[in-house]
Amino acid sequence: MKITLNGEPVETASVSLAELLVTLDHKPGSVATAVNGEFVAIADRDETKLNENDSVDVIAPMAGG
Amino acid sequence: MSFKPYGVEIQSRLLLGTALYPSPQIMLDAIDASGTEVVTVSLRRESSADKSGQAFWSLIKSANVRVLPNTAGCRTVKEAVNTARMARELFDTNWIKLEVIGEDDTLQPDVFGLVEAATILSADGFEVFPYTTEDLIVADKLINAGCEVLMPWGSPIGSGQGLNNPYGLRSLRAHFPDIPLVVDAGIGLPSHACQALELGYDAVLLNTAVARAGQPVQMAKAFAQAVDAGRAAYEAQPIEARDMASPSTPVIGTPFWNQ
Repeated sequence: MKITLNGEPVETASVSLAELLVTLDHKPGSVATAVNGEFVAIADRDETKLNENDSVDVIAPMAGG
Repeated sequence: MSFKPYGVEIQSRLLLGTALYPSPQIMLDAIDASGTEVVTVSLRRESSADKSGQAFWSLIKSANVRVLPNTAGCRTVKEAVNTARMARELFDTNWIKLEVIGEDDTLQPDVFGLVEAATILSADGFEVFPYTTEDLIVADKLINAGCEVLMPWGSPIGSGQGLNNPYGLRSLRAHFPDIPLVVDAGIGLPSHACQALELGYDAVLLNTAVARAGQPVQMAKAFAQAVDAGRAAYEAQPIEARDMASPSTPVIGTPFWNQ
């Protein structure tokens, strides 16, 4: 299945958002996530199924002003 | 000498950004030298190859200060609201510095989107620090939306121009005497920060002026002194400016008077 991950097209076999994060080696609390621009909480990642052409954002802390 | 955004007592009237420092250690030293209790942080996309986000977060936690996450770079209400929700989960705080940017050259806020996003986020339990202009009507709408703090710009972000509209800022202070007001953006010099505090602003938020200084740690200390001086001056009730001279030396008994 083709999705967009952080703006880049990728192929994935992951069925859920939680599964995708495991393949990317992200610990659950270390990143925040959004699918198609909508925030998905940690508790909802298991039941958030990925679909063809979904846009997934994986977000982490950084410096800011 | 403290101010209380959302009921939290903050002693230092200097809020500091965490971006643009020459090194992480200089950032930590500047935070320490500034005496700040609140630093701003942000979010970015994290690749699986480069997991620097957690390292940064660990560094900030080691500074033992409160964090104020921002929604920098957001240009729509949807982006800002979803960024805020991600920030709340990552940083474990309801505080959010809400930015909805409306124009690229000035990075000035889209105040219409700002009010809409503030309404949504306040209803969702956020404690919103809106990056706004000095416009009184917008300020009123932000307060009605649930904001208990306002953060008008001094001048465009990163410009270092200082307070471009002292009249507007003074007017905002006069209209909202009980709302914590923070000048956010455009501060370039300690004198600018001092001026904001002299006007009765509760605090200033700045980043570039310290991080991009030749000696960031020394500049952080200078800003700490400036906000202390500005606040002390405000509390000391400054004299009114006047058009004409008024002699400070008593004229009665002046030698040779009336000769």
